[in-house]
Amino acid sequence: MTSKQIERRFDAFKTFMAIAIALGIAFIVISFVSESPVEAIATFITGPLQRKSRIGNILEMMTPIMFTGTAICIMYQANQFNMIGEGAFLIAANLTTWFAVTHETWSGLPLQIACLRVGIVTGVVAAFIPAILKVKFKANEVVSSIMMNYILLNVSNYILYYKMRDTVSGQQASYKIPERAKFAKIWTGTRVHTGIFIALAVAVLMYFFIYRTKWGYAIRMVGANANFAKYSGISIVSVAMATQLIGGAIAGLGGSVEMLGMYDRFIWYGTQPGYGFDGIMVGVLAKNNPILVPLAAFFLAYMRIGADVMNRMSDVPIEFVDVVQGLIIMFVAAEMFLSKYKHKLIVNNAKKQLEAKEAAE
Amino acid sequence: MPEEILLMDKITKVYPNGFVANKDVTLSINKGEIHALVGENGAGKSTLMKVLFGIEQPEEGKIYIKGKEVKINNPLEAIANGVGMVHQHFMLVPSLTVAENVVLGMEPKKNGLFDFEEAVRITEEAVNKYNLKVSARAKVEDLPVGFKQKVEIIKALVRGAEILILDEPTAVLTPQETAELFVELKHLRDQGHTIVFISHKLNEIKELCDRLTVLRLGKSVGKAIVADVTEQEISKMMVGRDVVLKVEKTKAEPKETVLKVRDLRIASDTGRTIVDNISFSVRKGEILGVAGVEGNGQSQISEAITGLLGFQNGSITVNGVDVKGKSIRRIREMGVSHVSEDRMTYGVAATSGVKDNVISDRYYKKEFNKGLLMDKKKIEDLSDRLIKEFLIKCDDRDRAVKMLSGGNMQKVVVAREFSNNPKLVIANQPTRGIDVGATEFIRKRLVELRDEGTAVLLISADLNEVLELSDSLIVMNEGHIAAYIPDASSISDMELGEYMLGVKKQTPEEIARVAYD
Repeated sequence: MTSKQIERRFDAFKTFMAIAIALGIAFIVISFVSESPVEAIATFITGPLQRKSRIGNILEMMTPIMFTGTAICIMYQANQFNMIGEGAFLIAANLTTWFAVTHETWSGLPLQIACLRVGIVTGVVAAFIPAILKVKFKANEVVSSIMMNYILLNVSNYILYYKMRDTVSGQQASYKIPERAKFAKIWTGTRVHTGIFIALAVAVLMYFFIYRTKWGYAIRMVGANANFAKYSGISIVSVAMATQLIGGAIAGLGGSVEMLGMYDRFIWYGTQPGYGFDGIMVGVLAKNNPILVPLAAFFLAYMRIGADVMNRMSDVPIEFVDVVQGLIIMFVAAEMFLSKYKHKLIVNNAKKQLEAKEAAE
Repeated sequence: MPEEILLMDKITKVYPNGFVANKDVTLSINKGEIHALVGENGAGKSTLMKVLFGIEQPEEGKIYIKGKEVKINNPLEAIANGVGMVHQHFMLVPSLTVAENVVLGMEPKKNGLFDFEEAVRITEEAVNKYNLKVSARAKVEDLPVGFKQKVEIIKALVRGAEILILDEPTAVLTPQETAELFVELKHLRDQGHTIVFISHKLNEIKELCDRLTVLRLGKSVGKAIVADVTEQEISKMMVGRDVVLKVEKTKAEPKETVLKVRDLRIASDTGRTIVDNISFSVRKGEILGVAGVEGNGQSQISEAITGLLGFQNGSITVNGVDVKGKSIRRIREMGVSHVSEDRMTYGVAATSGVKDNVISDRYYKKEFNKGLLMDKKKIEDLSDRLIKEFLIKCDDRDRAVKMLSGGNMQKVVVAREFSNNPKLVIANQPTRGIDVGATEFIRKRLVELRDEGTAVLLISADLNEVLELSDSLIVMNEGHIAAYIPDASSISDMELGEYMLGVKKQTPEEIARVAYD
């Protein structure tokens, strides 16, 4: 067995162990707050699959975070830690709504395509600002993109309040999105919509983009060793710009799709919906590989729905799921988790190989 | 009966990538001797010493100092046990004085403040006692390499080191500085200190050391009293076979000029002039060697030619085309290949596979792409061909480069840089830190490239390498060309050393001869 094979097997094992340990700790936490911890954890684990509507909920929830997760994968592959996913998603959803409500007269498909285009362009513009600040002035993109998110939140608030608020509705909400702009539901009894196919297509497309095209190769090399990339003749500035803009575009597209698939009105006022940050979790779980994004998004959505079910069916408060989530991400992301055990595996293997070689001589 | 001061018993160390660096290595050292630890690069010498100094933890084995078992978890504990180390790359703060560097971490205090005069006194006391002549008040950045090394030795001694480890101390020194170091080390031995001297230069071991231990492929394969063995015997123990490090080569037949460097001036970010108005040419079919102690502007020259570093004045042309303002990709497309001295920073993407590493300069070209996607088949064929042609030892083409030995890693670099029909190869320290087999291979390849009509600029701090491979050579000293030797075989290494140190310098007219049109 080669060290690489050990590493691969170990990665799968590590993810499994991380989840198992996190659930174990979660169980301990639950036993403190619950009268019947075993039942509670059982609802958490099996609850999401017990009803069609809940499976539907998982699919609905994983759709937006597949977009933001894929966006993170592209940017992180090139070591561009741009957090604009959150703001890009929100502002794209906002402007998509505004576009839809002001172009009611358009017919279905052209309106939908135009809406998605608005989302993509908005996302690109949102990501452009931290990206250009980074390559021109070496401003840390983590800080500038997070700040940018606040600016975008307030721009979104402004547009909602002053440009498209439906005063007839009893809350801070926009006018109704025209029916013909919306995506078709694909599973009766749930709200799962065609947008999930767009999300899957984007993830697969981006997988090919990263691993099979020359542009993806350049992105991966910049991420692996920027000095090496530069020395080989790859333009680091172009890669840094391109990845962040693509990331913004995908997050923006996600905002549009979510709006047209799930909502009647734009209702996010004053707070960020949080899909951008969920996307970071998805990206980390997927190890920046877009093809694993659907799996990671499914996993995260499953946990959310499980927690929700448990919250309704048992005496455990929903807050605790954040604890479990945090634990799992921590264990999966921690490079050194179980590293001693891994080292031992490698040492033993290396010794065996050495002995075999000596015996052969 | 000499007293055994250090025993490393059956040390086994496996690195996280599965590489077995030491396997049951035993090293026994007597008090008051200079003990040579010899072996090829990659034989496990440095690893063994890192274990002794607490930088690496062994999987198995015990360490005894003065007969007592000790556990060394970090360098501080090593120092507490009387073990001191002079690293290959100096661990000094350049902007501080010698005295400040010596007391760093154990500063003398007066009224709660740093007492500089006391630091000077401590330093001078050691300087006098051990006869290591260096000024306590000088700034480290102003010192030549040989003196920095002395500061490192003083640092270790002031901390109470009885066992002093020197990791290839002569690699960065001129022959003159080496001779001086040896006198000092013998003096230290006579005062009762024990020295572990890591080297693969046999003549130095013969001259300096009392006993030796040989490592090969991570195992201790022999011990001997130096006086009892010949250099041939030692080298046979090291390599397991007789080595011929002589590269066969015919006389060069230089043709038209490929690289023209004229009045090149490069300044650092802080405005210090690093390369000062130098001019030289390299012709098709010749190897121009650049000798000199490292840090005299050689790296900057290679980076300026290849577009990694900007320059202030002068011009660089390759086959008549100016490189100034051109992107690195454009310069590479002009036929310039670059073997960087810093393998891990520039030469490879260590976490990526061999395949990804050999195509980084050509991946975008039409021949490797089919429509929107890359042509997997062609890329795999190319990598397999290069792996075979350059004898890269790896499980498969997707093997991460960091899993390979230093020599194989360098072969990956060379495979890429030599296989793109280069018109000009800039080879900066092409064989540094790699095993004899790979060294031999890369040197042969360089000569073959020359014979095929490539212009080669060879920068190397390894005197043997420069003398053996170069057809003609220039010597760098403090950013200037100190000498131009049209026939590299006509100069002795002693004379070369004098030019390197700046003791001797040719006239401007003699130096100007290297700027052919």
